[in-house]
Amino acid sequence: MRFAFSDQQTEFRDAVRQVLAKECTTDHLRAAYEEPAARSPRWTTLAEMGVVGLTAPEDHGGLGLGMLDLVLLLEEAGRVALPEPLLETTAVVVPLLSELGGSGDPGGVGDPGGSGGVGGAWLDGIAAGDVAAAVGTISTDSPPIAGADGADLLVLFTTAEAGDGEAVPEVHLVDSASVTIRTVASLDPTRRLGIPHWTPKDDTRLASGATAREAIRRTADRAALSTGAELLGLTESMITMAAEYAKERNQFGKPIGGFQAVKHLLAGAQVKLEFARPVVYAAAWALDEGEPHASRSVSTAKAYASDAATEAARVALQVHGAIGYTWECDLHLFLKRAWALAEAWGSASEHRQRVLDGLVAGA
Amino acid sequence: MDTTMDLRTTPAQEAFRLEARSWLAAHTPPPRSLPSLDTAEGFEAHRQWEQTMFDDRWSVVSWPEEFGGRGVGILEWLIFEEEYWRAQAPLRVSQNGVFLLAPTLFEFGTEEQRARFLPAMASAREIWCQGWSEPDAGSDLAGIRSRAVRSEGDDGWLLTGQKTWASRGAFAEWCFGLFRTDPEAERHRGLTYFLIEMSTPGVTVRPIPQIDGETGFAEIFFEDVFVPDGQVLGGVGRGWNVAMATAGSERGLSLRSPARYTEAASRLVDLYAHSLQTEPARAARSADAVAQAWMDAEAYRLNTLWTATRVLSGGSVGPEASANKIHWSETDLAIHRAALALLGPEAEFHGDGVDAPWLDGYLFALAGPIYAGTNEIQRNVVAERMLGLPRG
Repeated sequence: MRFAFSDQQTEFRDAVRQVLAKECTTDHLRAAYEEPAARSPRWTTLAEMGVVGLTAPEDHGGLGLGMLDLVLLLEEAGRVALPEPLLETTAVVVPLLSELGGSGDPGGVGDPGGSGGVGGAWLDGIAAGDVAAAVGTISTDSPPIAGADGADLLVLFTTAEAGDGEAVPEVHLVDSASVTIRTVASLDPTRRLGIPHWTPKDDTRLASGATAREAIRRTADRAALSTGAELLGLTESMITMAAEYAKERNQFGKPIGGFQAVKHLLAGAQVKLEFARPVVYAAAWALDEGEPHASRSVSTAKAYASDAATEAARVALQVHGAIGYTWECDLHLFLKRAWALAEAWGSASEHRQRVLDGLVAGA
Repeated sequence: MDTTMDLRTTPAQEAFRLEARSWLAAHTPPPRSLPSLDTAEGFEAHRQWEQTMFDDRWSVVSWPEEFGGRGVGILEWLIFEEEYWRAQAPLRVSQNGVFLLAPTLFEFGTEEQRARFLPAMASAREIWCQGWSEPDAGSDLAGIRSRAVRSEGDDGWLLTGQKTWASRGAFAEWCFGLFRTDPEAERHRGLTYFLIEMSTPGVTVRPIPQIDGETGFAEIFFEDVFVPDGQVLGGVGRGWNVAMATAGSERGLSLRSPARYTEAASRLVDLYAHSLQTEPARAARSADAVAQAWMDAEAYRLNTLWTATRVLSGGSVGPEASANKIHWSETDLAIHRAALALLGPEAEFHGDGVDAPWLDGYLFALAGPIYAGTNEIQRNVVAERMLGLPRG
C-alpha cells in the first residue's frame, strides 16, 4: 500500500509546470480568446516533451504511459487553463485508438493493414504534435462537441439500428477535412464548440456492438476523470489568485485577507480542494489497474472536483469583488473554464446519482 | 524502495485484518449492548471491554510491544480500525488517553513517564480526560488563567483554577491539562502541560449533563492541587508546543479514523436502499444527500491514506490537520443528517426502550464542529497557514 506518486511522475509534472508557466500565461490565453486554435507552438512544445503522446504506444512515437502518469499533467493544464485539447487528444482519443486501432471492426478503418491500420497512423500524427482530436456523440439531441471546431481528428459515437431494431453503438474515426463543422459560441471561446455535419459511413467505423459499447464506457470514464484533474488545477489557481488579492487589497486600513469573513470563504474552498485531490488520484490509479469499482471512483472524483471548482469560482469572484467582474482582471479566464468543465462529462449530481445507483445495486 | 502507487493492501496486511476480524467476532459484545459510557455503570462496562482487548493485545495495536501493543504501523492501525467499526464494537472510553495523550507522551515524555503511564492507559486501569478549556478560554485557548505556582522544597507545583468541558471528566482517574506557570510571560509562553491524578486532594469534579441528558463532560476545580515535577510533560514553559502536538493528533490522523465514517456511510446506504422500498418519494428526495455523505466518507478514507503515506515517507502533518478536522466533523454531520431525513417522522423517537442509533449519532456528530478547536478556528488556521493570509 502506497498512495503517492513516484519521483519520476512528480519531476515530469514540475517540468511541464515550468514550461506552461512561460508558454501559457494569461496574455497567451487572451490571444487564444481572439484566435482560438486547436494547435499552437505550445502544442508542439508539449509534443516534443512527450506530453501529447504520453499515452500512445511506443511504436507509435508515444511513451506508453497511463492515466496515473497523465493525471498530474492534466492538473497542470488546468492550472494555466491550457486552451489546447490535451484532455480530448491524449487522455481520451489516444487510449481509445490504442485499444481499438489495431483490432477494429472487420472492413472498418481500424482493420489492421499490417501497420496498425488508420488508427495507427493517427496515433503517429498525434505523438508528433500534428493532430489535435475531439470526441463526442452524434445524435438528435447531443450537445456540441468541445474542441470540434479546429480539430484534425474527430472520434464520434453513434447508434445504428440493427436488422431486428436493436440499437447498436458505433465508434467512428473521422477526418475533420471531410466534414463541415457548425460552430457554437461558448462563454469560453477556447472551448471551440462545434457540431459536425456528418452521417455515419462504413469506411469511418472503428468499432460496433459490444466492443464499441465498452469503448464508449471507458471513454466516458477517462474523460470524466481527466476533466476532474483539470478542475483541480483550475481550483488551485482560482484560490491562489483570490488569496493573493486578499493580501494586497486594503480596506478599513488593513488587508481584507485579515478579516475572518474573507478567510473563511477561502478556507472552505481550500478544504474542498484538499479532499478532492486524493479522490482524483485514486480514480486514476483504479482506471489504470482495472479495479472493479473504477467507475465509481471516477464518478466520486468528478463530483468532488466539479463541486470544489464551482465553490472556488464563486469564492474567488466574491473575494475579488467588483474588479473580479471585469474583463480586465484575469480571473474570468479561469472562472469560465471551471464553469464549463464542472458540467462537462457529467455534472456533480449526475455522478452522485451514478455512485448511489452502483452502491445500491451492489448492496 | 517501492515507488509506484498501489492502493491494495499487502498479503501480510490482509492476514492482520483477518486476525483482527476473527478476534473481534469472538469477543465483541453485541452492538449497542453496553450501557452508555457517560454513565457510571457504562463507564465501568466500557473499561472492562478495554481490559478484554488489552489482554489479547488489541487495545493499542500501533504501540511498541513493551507497552502492550503489537508495534504495527499506521496502515495496519487503519485496518484494525476498519475491522473495529465493522464489528460495531463499543466506543473507546480510553480515547483521550490512547489517541491524544499517548502520541504526545511518545514525542515528549521521559522514559519514566512512558513506563509509568502507557501500560495503565492501554489496559484502561487508568482512564484520562482532557483539561484544556476554561470558562473564559475556549477557542482562545492561549487565554487560560488556571495557574501553577512552585511549591518550594516539595519538587512540585500547586495548581489552582477551573477547567471545563472535560469529556469523560466525571469518571476519569487522570487528567492532562494546561496551566500558566509564568504569569509575566506572553500568552502562548509561560504555559506548562501537567499530568494530574484526579484523586489528589484539592480536585473537585462537577459533572455537566449534556444535550442528551447524560453526564458526558465535567467541570474540574483545582485548589492548591500538588503535582510533582515528574508529572510535567515536555518541560516547564513549553506547554503550548506540547499541547499543539496533542491538538495535531486530535484534528489529524489519530482521533477519528476514517473507518468510523465509512462504516456509518455504508449503513446509510443500506437505510436508503430500505427506504427506496418503503418510502420511495422520501428516498428520492434524499438521494443526493446520501450520495454526498457516502462520498465525503470515501474522500476522508483516501485523504487519510494519502497523509499516512506521506508520514511513512518521513513527512509531517501541519495545518492540513485543521482541514482534516473540518472535513471529518462535517462528514459525520452529513451522514447522520441524511439518515434522519430518510427516517422522517421516526427520526425523533428516543428514550426508554428505543434504539436510536442515528439520532444518538447525530447528537454526537453535532459536537464535532465544536470540540478539538471549533471549525471557525480551524478555518483561520487553514487561511493563515495554508494560504498565507494575515493573522488578526
